[in-house]
Amino acid sequence: MATANRLTDMPFDLPALTVRAAREGMRAHAFTSVELTRAFLDRISALNPRLNAFLTVDAEAALVQAASADARMAAGEDTPLLGVPMALKDVLVTRGLRTTAGSRILENYVPVWEGTAVARLRAAGAVFLGKTNTDEFAMGSSTENSGYGVTRNPWDETRVPGGSSGGSAAAVAAGLCCAALGTDTGGSVRLPAAFCGVTGLKNSYGRVSRYGLIAYGSSLDSIGILAHDALDAAIVNGVIAGWDAQDSTSMNVEVPDYAGATGAISGEHPLAGLRIGVPKEYFIAGIQPEVERAVRAGIARIEALGATIVEVSLPNTALGLPVYYLIATAEASANLARFDGVKYGLRVPSDDLVTMYRQTRGAGFGPEVKRRIMLGTYALSAGYYDAYYIRAQKVRTLIKRDFEQAFAEVDLIACPITPTTAFKIGERADDPLQMYLADVFTINMNLSGTCGISIPCGLDADRLPIGLQLMGPAFGEAAVLRAAAAFQRDTEYHTQRP
Amino acid sequence: MLTAAEVERIARLARLDLTEDEAIRYAGQLSAVLDYAAELEGVDVDGILPTASVLPIRSVMRAGDAPGAPLPRVSVLANAPLSDGASFEVPATLGDGEPAD
Repeated sequence: MATANRLTDMPFDLPALTVRAAREGMRAHAFTSVELTRAFLDRISALNPRLNAFLTVDAEAALVQAASADARMAAGEDTPLLGVPMALKDVLVTRGLRTTAGSRILENYVPVWEGTAVARLRAAGAVFLGKTNTDEFAMGSSTENSGYGVTRNPWDETRVPGGSSGGSAAAVAAGLCCAALGTDTGGSVRLPAAFCGVTGLKNSYGRVSRYGLIAYGSSLDSIGILAHDALDAAIVNGVIAGWDAQDSTSMNVEVPDYAGATGAISGEHPLAGLRIGVPKEYFIAGIQPEVERAVRAGIARIEALGATIVEVSLPNTALGLPVYYLIATAEASANLARFDGVKYGLRVPSDDLVTMYRQTRGAGFGPEVKRRIMLGTYALSAGYYDAYYIRAQKVRTLIKRDFEQAFAEVDLIACPITPTTAFKIGERADDPLQMYLADVFTINMNLSGTCGISIPCGLDADRLPIGLQLMGPAFGEAAVLRAAAAFQRDTEYHTQRP
Repeated sequence: MLTAAEVERIARLARLDLTEDEAIRYAGQLSAVLDYAAELEGVDVDGILPTASVLPIRSVMRAGDAPGAPLPRVSVLANAPLSDGASFEVPATLGDGEPAD
């Protein structure tokens, strides 16, 4: 029982340890980064065999990083992520640390280079415990599409954690790291955050460099954060956000002081003056009654904090799913062409080049990835390009306009993240279309390039977490984080743990 | 409903080898998604421009876009499934292979 002893001997409570609490403890010399990192590694050893949240743990490298952070602290450095143990979704390229994207085709891929968001965290002194499970190439809503087995939801191990950043969400919920990076192409940060009862920030398109994010849908992909609360998400975002010469779609827009805006909340009505829209299209037939009740109660709480609640309309909401599954798959079919057995990853040898390509990809990709590549190939093929792909891009314009019109009237939008709480493992695995419906409330944010957050707002009768979604306009992260922090200052849903 | 032959045509375009079982299963599943996508046929998009990117950017030449130091050759080849130490090795690209689609 060395693990239990170590945990009780140490002055920290891993399942509830925020980034801020970790920093405070290290600053006060209550523990070092090496001690904290060891404790997380012990906890991962104890719990990961059941949860499968991590695909790769590099304990040796993590302890080297922790020792280096301790040395920087001893030299007087005091920065917000110094020595803080974090986890990274395995679609983010990490130098010297295996990066699989949840795919067997990259089973032995050890990158020789590093993505920008990861490099910024590394420079800030964060400690990387390991890489977290994901649906293969981030294509999925449950992590069941991982080539390395499903991640189990820490609240109920018979259920999915949501996806595709399910490993990162489960790792935060189970206390296996202080915070984690995820990615969101159609809801892949927000949905698992909701299913696992943690806070999930989805950045605006262009806010964080995508350099080193293994591309799925390039016009939709974004890097986000899974954390214990909005304040921690704000701290991490302040480090990773900002323009990057390596990504021509990262925008040269000033990075606000997220942590300052989020931390400075006071008074009884901190949200006074804020107009929050509630879109009627997001309260549809089929939504689980407990989800609707908890989300509406959450909105009432936001009103009590001083915000003005008004009804808004996003009339093209229901068109988001078909648009997404044409555009994202079209982009995926092009992006995944690079996995051909030539430069990295699996190769199935053949004397003929095209046969080598086909057999390598046939053997290396899982069923959902093949489905999406074929769907996208079809949508882009001669004779179907205008009818499917161009038409989807035109409807995308209508969806984007919906948000522009709504945000002309309101500062933020409040709605559910997903129609239900976490579903059972296997329940939707045989019906791709049914699985896609989990994304109905999240994908339009990606299609419109806006930002938002998932925050816990209650539990259902089975004690499964429910998420409240706050959406903001493009580059409105500071307002989203501030409203979420005000809600969390006033509630305790985000402190509940499995 | 897509036929197995149509699925095989798409798989060939996508450079994917499918088993017969996969071709049959995907025919049904892809058809279901395409039927769902047919919802878009009823939307009035007259005069609406397509959105390829949400960003208000145009392609322009960047000032000071100087090439940085490239990765050393040994790093570039580090993950190659087959390499002679100087380049990636692949089967012959010219000759009797299947013609491009």
